[in-house]
Amino acid sequence: MLSRTANDLYWMSRHTERAENTARMLDVTYRMSLLPYRMMAPGEKWAEPWALPLIITGLATSYYQRYSELSPENVLHFMVLDASNSNSIYASLQIARENARAQRGAITIEMWETLNQTWLEMRGKSFADITARGVSEFFEWVKDRSHLFRGITFGTMIRDEGYSFSRLGTFLERADNTARILDAKYHTLLPSVDDVGGAVDYYQWSALLRSVSAFSSYRKIYRDVITPLRVAELMILRDDVPRSLHHCMNAIYEILQALCDEDRLEPERLAGEIHAQLHYGKTERIFKVGLHEYLLAFLEEIGALNVELNKHFLVPTYA
Amino acid sequence: MTANPKLFFDEMRGLTGSVLPHYAPYVDWLEKLPAEYLAQKRQEADVLFQRVGITFAVYGEEAGTERLIPFDIVPRIIPAADWQRLESGLAQRVRALNMFLRDIYNEQGILKDGIIPARKVLENAQYRSVMQGMRVPGDTYAHIAGVDVVRAGEGEFYVLEDNLRVPSGVSYMLENRKMMMRLFPEVFGRNEVAPIDHYPDLLLDTLRQVGPDSVSDPVVALLTPGSYNSAYFEHTCLAQQMGIELVEGQDLIVRDETVYMRTTRGPKRVDVIYRRVDDDFLDPHVFRPDSLLGVPGLFSAYKAGRVTLANAIGTGVADDKSMYPHVPEMIQYYLGEKPILNNVPTWQLRKKEDLHHVLDRLQELVVKEVHGSGGYGMLIGPTSTMAQRAEFRERILANPEKYIAQPTLALSTCPTFVESGVAPRHVDLRPFVLSGKEVRMVPGGLTRVAIKEGSLVVNSSQGGGTKDTWVLER
Repeated sequence: MLSRTANDLYWMSRHTERAENTARMLDVTYRMSLLPYRMMAPGEKWAEPWALPLIITGLATSYYQRYSELSPENVLHFMVLDASNSNSIYASLQIARENARAQRGAITIEMWETLNQTWLEMRGKSFADITARGVSEFFEWVKDRSHLFRGITFGTMIRDEGYSFSRLGTFLERADNTARILDAKYHTLLPSVDDVGGAVDYYQWSALLRSVSAFSSYRKIYRDVITPLRVAELMILRDDVPRSLHHCMNAIYEILQALCDEDRLEPERLAGEIHAQLHYGKTERIFKVGLHEYLLAFLEEIGALNVELNKHFLVPTYA
Repeated sequence: MTANPKLFFDEMRGLTGSVLPHYAPYVDWLEKLPAEYLAQKRQEADVLFQRVGITFAVYGEEAGTERLIPFDIVPRIIPAADWQRLESGLAQRVRALNMFLRDIYNEQGILKDGIIPARKVLENAQYRSVMQGMRVPGDTYAHIAGVDVVRAGEGEFYVLEDNLRVPSGVSYMLENRKMMMRLFPEVFGRNEVAPIDHYPDLLLDTLRQVGPDSVSDPVVALLTPGSYNSAYFEHTCLAQQMGIELVEGQDLIVRDETVYMRTTRGPKRVDVIYRRVDDDFLDPHVFRPDSLLGVPGLFSAYKAGRVTLANAIGTGVADDKSMYPHVPEMIQYYLGEKPILNNVPTWQLRKKEDLHHVLDRLQELVVKEVHGSGGYGMLIGPTSTMAQRAEFRERILANPEKYIAQPTLALSTCPTFVESGVAPRHVDLRPFVLSGKEVRMVPGGLTRVAIKEGSLVVNSSQGGGTKDTWVLER
């Protein structure tokens, strides 16, 4: 398969997944902002839920270059509709559709029609449209379109290299996002130990779980109160939770074992190494290293994996 | 449904006004439909085209702007006998054009025999001296030709233009048929319409026939300028249907006079390139050095005979408007035959007597730039304003050799579904002629229609639309 084709398919899936994750994150933020805990401790850092999406995505600086104040309207505008923010839902869906358009020959008609239709509908939405019936309805729509696309890919695409690169994009983006959400919640939003365990804390952890569709999984697995240790275990080490780091790395490692050959071993080796740390990891050890440090190291490693994929498959240079 | 029977030949009603036999089954079906039905179907077609993403980019508008080409849901119907004549005329013409190209890039017999002035060929901007003395597989230069044909007078065919560089539009021909079969499956049962959807197979077969002599199982790729090119949809559509890779210049590299594509499994050799990139942009080492669309070193591989380009480099010299008047002579010279299809009488303004003749009659004539295309840089006398004619007169006088003029043909009309109902609109036809070991084509081609009442300009960049073209089997 052409390297450029593989690259476009990889990014087509990454951007679709990114749009979904942004919607999830914003929806949780919105729900958190509806809770009355502002009154309980005004001025506290965690009382500004609308800062969360900016912290998770690392976009606070570019946000403040455009907007002087932190407000729900501004953050929504920036993260949903701003075409100049390459991480906005608008831009993600646009890029995913451009990637698909460039590779119409490599994907199925159904995949193309879904991404094209999603983009055409997104392009037609104004801020008023998005907020008219509550933003949650819009976020549901984004998630549904992403689910639909993934399902159609799963159900229609030939199991060739293109499928593998598309799946790699999905899982790398998802792993990246789960690690960021977890890190933002644990490290940034709750710097003070005193806050841990309060009612606010409970709402925030449960919101986090909901944002990765893992709230009921938590209940099912632990049947107990929500604690940071267990949330970390659930979202990092459990391989049966579809958005956990371990689950994502299972998928990535499996794909790369099939994809890599003798001339291209490094991506498989690196994925295997990351996978082993999760497969044989223990929660206690993660907290001993420090959750923030652990997640930062993970993000760096999957960044390195992305570089190896580029070198060996997606944008190769020949001597 | 009224045409002005005195002025134009209508393909449904001829010159007399009564429905011709080959349209009868269709009209019979059409007249029984409820009034709202067609409008509803047209809307359905618009939604489908938008969803499937059959669009084209418009130059001069914001990058990435895409538009739908208006699709007309009333088919154009061509009787079997008319097509047979057209087909043999097209094959004859394209055969002669390929022989002309082989000749001028080798022995130059037609120039030495004084049939065509040598200067006119050798000083033509489209003549590529790098091709001089180089042989190409099967002596075929224009593997894919899009010959623009119109009907005038009492329905005779005239060739307007031979497009031998990178003619486009064939995907619309294919998609229009698919759309018609999706919208009106019942009507195909009443008419024996010749199928066209094997075009991609014919094209691939043609391309594989002209691979380098040393290669028995050639790998074919389609080279596109990229996703912002106006015909990108067509490039993806053809590559997909032929099952070949769609490559951009950046995907290809040349090593040891051999072309490779970058793949996830390392470099892979390419033997035939169906290129949809203009000559000037193919290889920055030989042509425009600023081209980012091409492949450095591609020409060296081509010259070494290690890759075939379709179409060959330098075919533009044969489809140039200044060469057009000579095509009947080429047919006579190379084939010893009488041309089956008419040329439109053409005045060449570089000739003094033609220039005076034309300047006196600007209001009746069509004036075209020799190197223009897409309906740009054109004066249509009868519909022009005095100011436009004055401006064109200045431009002609400044550079008479850049212009030709032709009589305004009374182009035929076809029934077309417009705001006011079904009404006659002017049409042309672009059949796609494939040349490999033999000359082949699928029946029909792309019909373009001027949606505006009375307009003679069918180009999509100027608001023209397209419709499905039915060649009847009997």
